[in-house]
Amino acid sequence: MIERDLVIIGGGSAGMSAAIAAYDAGLTDILIVEKGRQLGGILNQCIHNGFGLEEFKEQLTGPEFMTRLAVEVKKRNIPIRYQSNVLDLTKNKVVTYSNAKEGIVKVKAKAVILATGCYERSAGAIQIPGERPSGIITAGTAQLYLNEMGALVGKRIFILGSGDIGLIMARRLTLEGAKVLGVSEIMPYTNGLNHNIVQCLHDFDIPLYLSHTVTKTYGKSRLEKIEITEVDEKFNPLPGTEKEFEVDTLLLSIGLIPSNDLLKKLGLPVSKARGAIVDEHYMTDIPGIFSTGNVLHVHDLADYVAAESRSCGKGAAAYVKGAWNLDSPSFNVNPGNNVLYVVPHRVRLANLDDHLTIKFRVNRPLKNQVLTFTFNGEVIKKIVKPIIIPSEMQKVRLPKEVFNTQEGELIVSSEDRT
Amino acid sequence: MKELICIICPRGCRLKVDDNLNVTGNLCPRGIIYAKTEMTNPTRVITSTVKINSKNAVRLSVKTAQAVPKAKMFDCMRELDKVMVEAPIHIGDVVIHNICETGVDVIATKDIEE
Repeated sequence: MIERDLVIIGGGSAGMSAAIAAYDAGLTDILIVEKGRQLGGILNQCIHNGFGLEEFKEQLTGPEFMTRLAVEVKKRNIPIRYQSNVLDLTKNKVVTYSNAKEGIVKVKAKAVILATGCYERSAGAIQIPGERPSGIITAGTAQLYLNEMGALVGKRIFILGSGDIGLIMARRLTLEGAKVLGVSEIMPYTNGLNHNIVQCLHDFDIPLYLSHTVTKTYGKSRLEKIEITEVDEKFNPLPGTEKEFEVDTLLLSIGLIPSNDLLKKLGLPVSKARGAIVDEHYMTDIPGIFSTGNVLHVHDLADYVAAESRSCGKGAAAYVKGAWNLDSPSFNVNPGNNVLYVVPHRVRLANLDDHLTIKFRVNRPLKNQVLTFTFNGEVIKKIVKPIIIPSEMQKVRLPKEVFNTQEGELIVSSEDRT
Repeated sequence: MKELICIICPRGCRLKVDDNLNVTGNLCPRGIIYAKTEMTNPTRVITSTVKINSKNAVRLSVKTAQAVPKAKMFDCMRELDKVMVEAPIHIGDVVIHNICETGVDVIATKDIEE
């Protein structure tokens, strides 16, 4: 069997960043297994701006951002297997992948990083009543068709869900000549970044219907019409508030889900973020198996994915070199009041360099809050936030010194400011 | 007083601009420039694609190297429709000079080797 120090599954921003960091930490025997024909993953179809401000201090498009990383991967001569699907991953870190050239290959790795990204929630997940004509597709699929294949998915379009991909597609489709009649969001607030609401909807006078959802679809072979209805706070449609739109396409932008099939195969638990349970270097409960990027928790920005994955890659290198004491004491990190999830879930203080980065989301929009970090009953940090929304991931660095012991529990909560 | 959401980066600062174009609420200096431009002559960077003759791709992603006037966005899109480029092409290569007399070039945002 072929042996490798590190196998990275996925060559998007997470996989590439992890590979570069692991290599630079002295672990050079790396293999990247990528399902696509090129590196970069989903960034290849994200032709819009907004990438790179954190990582490169300049405004880049998705393809430009991924090229910066791909150039670094190639400089290091890190081998890549393209158009390769991982079929299996065992607890002993044997990765089985297949491709047309090599057939089925088994690789025994000392460490494995899961960097498989996420996928879109589809129509089946939300059970829209009505007929099942063609023309109901996810926003990301429409993005792939338009940006990589040059095909416009429809002429009159409605978008269900106010996630960022949906907003970005509202603008893209409008610029390409389609008419976007509106965006509906079942929640009373949007799930997209504010700057996308402005430049993708306001710029083109596309109405946003908050607390509205699609309640019916009509059409025999192709979608002809949809009905949206206002909902109450329990998401029940309010009779009499129906509106109809004649459209040939309904785009769904209703959320992203980590692609965690391999994790489930390993029998590992799934977090509230629908990813792995990990430690401070993003290692799962199985020593040597790591998870990073959107497969761990869905990020707002590729920049954040890159930063997290660097830390993961460095961690994987330290693990393979035996630089870590896996038996050293640890504390748990748990979500408290108003917090949906926290990453990481467990921290071995001894293995941290100088600070701990905590990432989390609140579970609903809140005003006048104090982000509160409570360690074994004692508040160790507070951050005042006038407004805080679920769609903006919070990222807080805590210096190692604020922890006076290595064990116990850190609770992250958002409390009312009094 | 007008309230704006800054679109320069994904942070989306909530800006306030008074009648004398004094800006508050920005977390970086770019917010001030954005608010002033937005109040006087709003501009946007366009990202799109053009046709490419290549073995591996049918579209090349492109952007305007700087922001263009918002009112000229659709004119620029029509110009992009007319273009066909040949591989190889590299990030930063100019695809259209001075699009729609804006003084701004359209450049490739991806490397396509063959």
